[in-house]
Amino acid sequence: MAGIQESTFRNPVINWIDTRLPIFTMMQKEYGNFPTPKNFNYLWNFGALSMVILVIMIATGIFLAMNYQPNVTMAFDSVQRIMRDVNYGWLIRYAHQNGASMFFIVVYIHIFRGLYYGSYKSPRELLWMLGVVILLIMMATAFMGYVLPWGQMSYWGATVITNLFSAFPIVGQPIVTWLWGGFSVDNPTLNRFFSLHYLLPFVLIGIVFLHVAALHIVGSNNPLGIDVKTPQDTLPFHPYYTVKDSVGLCVCLLVFATLIFFAPNFLGDPNNFIPANPLLTPSDIVPEWYLLPYYAILRAVPNKLGGVCLMFGSILILFVLPWLDTSKVRSARFRPIYRQLIWVWVASFFVLGMVGAHKPLGWWVLTGRIATLYYFAHFLIVLPLLPRFEKTLPVPESISQPVLGGGRLPRGVPARSMENA
Amino acid sequence: MRALRSMIAGAALAAALATPAAAQFAVTPEPPKQEWSFEGVFGTYDLAAAQRGFQVYSEVCSNCHSMKQLHYRDLAGIGLSTDQIKAVAAAVQVPAGLNDSGEPINGPGTPASQFRSPFPNEKAARAALNGALPPDLSLIINAREGHADYVYAILNGYVTPPSDFKLLAGMNYNEYFPGHQIGMPQPLRDGQVTFADGTPNTLPQMSHDVATFLAWASNPELAERKQIGVRIILFLVFMTGITYAVKRKVWADVH
Repeated sequence: MAGIQESTFRNPVINWIDTRLPIFTMMQKEYGNFPTPKNFNYLWNFGALSMVILVIMIATGIFLAMNYQPNVTMAFDSVQRIMRDVNYGWLIRYAHQNGASMFFIVVYIHIFRGLYYGSYKSPRELLWMLGVVILLIMMATAFMGYVLPWGQMSYWGATVITNLFSAFPIVGQPIVTWLWGGFSVDNPTLNRFFSLHYLLPFVLIGIVFLHVAALHIVGSNNPLGIDVKTPQDTLPFHPYYTVKDSVGLCVCLLVFATLIFFAPNFLGDPNNFIPANPLLTPSDIVPEWYLLPYYAILRAVPNKLGGVCLMFGSILILFVLPWLDTSKVRSARFRPIYRQLIWVWVASFFVLGMVGAHKPLGWWVLTGRIATLYYFAHFLIVLPLLPRFEKTLPVPESISQPVLGGGRLPRGVPARSMENA
Repeated sequence: MRALRSMIAGAALAAALATPAAAQFAVTPEPPKQEWSFEGVFGTYDLAAAQRGFQVYSEVCSNCHSMKQLHYRDLAGIGLSTDQIKAVAAAVQVPAGLNDSGEPINGPGTPASQFRSPFPNEKAARAALNGALPPDLSLIINAREGHADYVYAILNGYVTPPSDFKLLAGMNYNEYFPGHQIGMPQPLRDGQVTFADGTPNTLPQMSHDVATFLAWASNPELAERKQIGVRIILFLVFMTGITYAVKRKVWADVH
């Protein structure tokens, strides 16, 4: 029996399966014993949280799709039927609708964690880039999902966003017609958006799998941003981080439940309770809150093509972030200037969000431009040049030694060196 | 310092989320806040008010405004009994399919019937109403900034226009309508509807009642939603506490 797996599980059924298909050994290795830096703070919850939200989104979405009608004459009413006549339809729909917001809140914090502690730096560049792909697919999925209820903001949001492609010379207009499946946003558009909105989350699962696989090869970063050196630096994932993630999950679900049950439409737009009307443009077309910063970047430039390029550029620039930031020190804790400037960048992101919610009039225009300028300058000027001026603080020897004052080996830590340390 | 910075970031987030899409016209005042039975964590609909509001809708609003998302059976949600619902439905004529020669006919409604629409289609409505289309009221409370306060403000907002205001022909002046020019003439006046329970039929009372009814129509699940929500929040608070205690215990030997 060449190559058969020698399973150590006592349960005969599990042992039989594990001998032939070592999924239990794999789970044990990747989620049981998996050596994880011992100094995570609660910001390290958010990867697991986003995975839970993705599962909730898919679960609620499947039941919504059973009752939704992707047809322009029926879509709006079918959503109302879900809200009024389907058993607990309101719960499923509000969970899905607010789940999208929760997904972005959680993922934005997860990304911030990566930025603050330099998780994108070598050897985690590919892990980071897969994360950016996830963000892009999430945005596309969320955008198409927002079109499905076929309210005024669905329709006009879809019209504005798809029209962005018309900014490209020559190929622009044919691309828009091709996206629409006609000469305006109409039934073919709704049909294909529904199809893609159902497809993309499963693509997302595939990329998330690669994201996690890459994470398990290079290992997690940690708040000190230094490599794991000895087994004393790590804890087995279970039970230490399963329980810590569970605490975060409970708090996350508390926020989620507050939104669903007490303010389900707080983050929505009243206009989307009006059925789509191609003849009546709302006085102000705004995307959902999580896309507002990019919408502000789009409108910061007086030139349409320039705005579109900047908007896409604002995400695409993240792909090359690992090479723009030339500092060898990962964690902002040991980078006194970066530690301040990352908050300026966060502030510019929030300001862009506020600018995106307002008509581009008066001082909103200037504010939007300044914030856009810093958003890009942070990546293109500050990060590449900063290491020349910044005096980084001394980085500790190891995770366990100087910072935590040593400490004995906790129970359950495998007494073997980490394969990737 | 870090705590301060995260507080500022939090405040900015709150501001970003709470900012309304945009004031449509700078001159339109915000609708004043009213007291509503359905506000707050434990708020539910005042069913007597909602029933009076349904009476106002039936006698006044329904002459022009449809409520297509509602069926007469839904009225159980504001406390009408099965017999009452049957009587309410039977009193209206709704489309009842085709007769033997293939022509559309009307018949008495049943609890399963959609609320009767005053006009067969948009063109018929516009033809009858000086080109204006009265919006469907099924979701009106959710579909306007200001929600129930807005509807209340509109119903009470018919005032004499400023002397220099140019009103278009067939339009009416309303303090709280964006641009102040509204197609709808003042729909409710003191004493217009007589309530069976002896509630005073003043304009503020009637408009408050009808806004309560419309709020129910927009969010009929609200009472059940909050009831479940309170239990779920209590459960999650308990779970958070337990989980945190377990976490402390598991991590005790690490720190």
